[in-house]
Amino acid sequence: MKYVLLAVAAVATLAAAVLLGPADVPLRDVLGSPIVWQLRLPRAVLAFLVGGALGVSGVALQALVRNPLADPFLLGLSGGAGLGAVAAIALDLPGPWALPLAAFVGAVSAMALVYRLGLMGGAELDPRILLLGGVAVGAFAAAITTAIVSLAEATELRNAFLWLWGGFSGASWTTVLVILVYAPLPLAVLAAAARPLDLLALGEEPAQYLGADVRRLKRLVYLAASLLTAAAVAVAGVIGFVGLIVPHLCRLVWGRLHRALFPTAFLVGGTLLAAADTLARTVVAPRELPVGIVTALLGVPVFAFLLRRWTVS
Amino acid sequence: MDRELILALSGVTCRYSGAPRDSLQGVSLEVRAGEFHAVLGPNGSGKTTLVRAALGLVRPAAGRAEIVGRPASAWSRRDLARVVGVLPQREDNLFPQRVRETVLLGRYPHLSLLGGVRAADRAAVERALVACDAADLADRWLWTLSGGEYQRIRLARALAQEPRLLVLDEPTASLDLRHEMELFELVRALVDGQGLAALMITHHVNLAARFADRVLLLAEGRPAGAGAPGDVLTRETAERVFAWPVSIAPFEGRPQMIPLRLRKKAP
Repeated sequence: MKYVLLAVAAVATLAAAVLLGPADVPLRDVLGSPIVWQLRLPRAVLAFLVGGALGVSGVALQALVRNPLADPFLLGLSGGAGLGAVAAIALDLPGPWALPLAAFVGAVSAMALVYRLGLMGGAELDPRILLLGGVAVGAFAAAITTAIVSLAEATELRNAFLWLWGGFSGASWTTVLVILVYAPLPLAVLAAAARPLDLLALGEEPAQYLGADVRRLKRLVYLAASLLTAAAVAVAGVIGFVGLIVPHLCRLVWGRLHRALFPTAFLVGGTLLAAADTLARTVVAPRELPVGIVTALLGVPVFAFLLRRWTVS
Repeated sequence: MDRELILALSGVTCRYSGAPRDSLQGVSLEVRAGEFHAVLGPNGSGKTTLVRAALGLVRPAAGRAEIVGRPASAWSRRDLARVVGVLPQREDNLFPQRVRETVLLGRYPHLSLLGGVRAADRAAVERALVACDAADLADRWLWTLSGGEYQRIRLARALAQEPRLLVLDEPTASLDLRHEMELFELVRALVDGQGLAALMITHHVNLAARFADRVLLLAEGRPAGAGAPGDVLTRETAERVFAWPVSIAPFEGRPQMIPLRLRKKAP
């Protein structure tokens, strides 16, 4: 029943995303409209895929650092991606793929740096150092980003600033295809780690006694979840709160087992972000808001509610 | 009939990096099917290191640790979890869950990567719950259990692994007398009834002496005595290891240790 409701919500959201917009497309023309096929549908699908990736990544990283308040962007990725993107804008790199590629390189560099920091204590990845290292690397990258922005010209600055808050205005079927080719590998790695991640909630030593290869598990999960987030940030900018809120909502409804959490987090995250993007481009039409603003405006109250629940129980 | 050798340590020496002395030095131990072994010793005497070395989490600097004839470090964690069930001293419960779900975690080493939970796994979970006298707790939330019930559930989870060796690290710490006795009786019954091998770390010298077939006494990482409780727990050895005057009195054929009061000399 819960799954049926979720599927209905996902389909309804995608339908709304296709039907709503500043340009009035009559219902009977929807199937033939180029606005629908070339603009709204790829944009809705991309928002859904990115939201799903962030939801799954959030579930995995919260299990990895064993902290339910972790967010995929807490691990320094957003800082690195922002630095890459802003550098691409400031250097005026040509071509439609320059910006996403630069953001991806920035995110992956930050990931590699945090990973290296996490291994400082020896062969074991230390989740606490991952968290602290992520915050530090993110702050450092943000400082350089701000330095570049402060030296930039006005229009560049506006572009860079808007990019940092996320958006799907550049969505196309090509971007959708790139994500469809890229995402299955990290998603499959995480799906295979679902049961060991259940065990990790007991602690590292108990998980090993129940058969989990904890050292390998931590490395694989960190890399897969980070690569998923890096791809999301490369095509859509920094979209906060999806990776933080969605895992909580899913745990409330579906319990703590990752076999159920991963697929539902993908669908809930996708639905939420597709809905948020529809709002972002319709509420102030014909202009649009960065989608990260919508997710933050919706996400912060939900987060406050969850925190209250957390402290009460 | 010679019972099968499950766990064999010979001359195991371990040192953590940066530690001033060996945590374990030259410890040997043989645990066979149907035997209940207790490991005794003061705090910091190397009891938990012994378990880690036996289960391949710490690689010995010298000596050998073998499980069913194979070096402990050569086992994959998953294969080992089908042979050895462990109750570690500490574990977390980050998210709320029910008793049956918790016990089902013990089946994870038996599940295939993509396959679901089979009827045989559910049956193993129910058997483990019944064996630990916990069938009526199956639908309760974990956080509603008492300390004694919680330990029985963790034991059921280890049994659901269908192991041949049970390792228990201070399972009765912070339990009251009744729950403590229940747990010792339960482990003894599993050893006698199902032919399991058991290795229990405990501070309860007297219960260990009454329930265990053999005890290993550790002092500062070195073996201070090993064998039947009556042979190991003599007054001289116990006083030296525990650094306190004691008296030893037999009860039902087993030695019981009574710590003595300090006598103040009259002025």
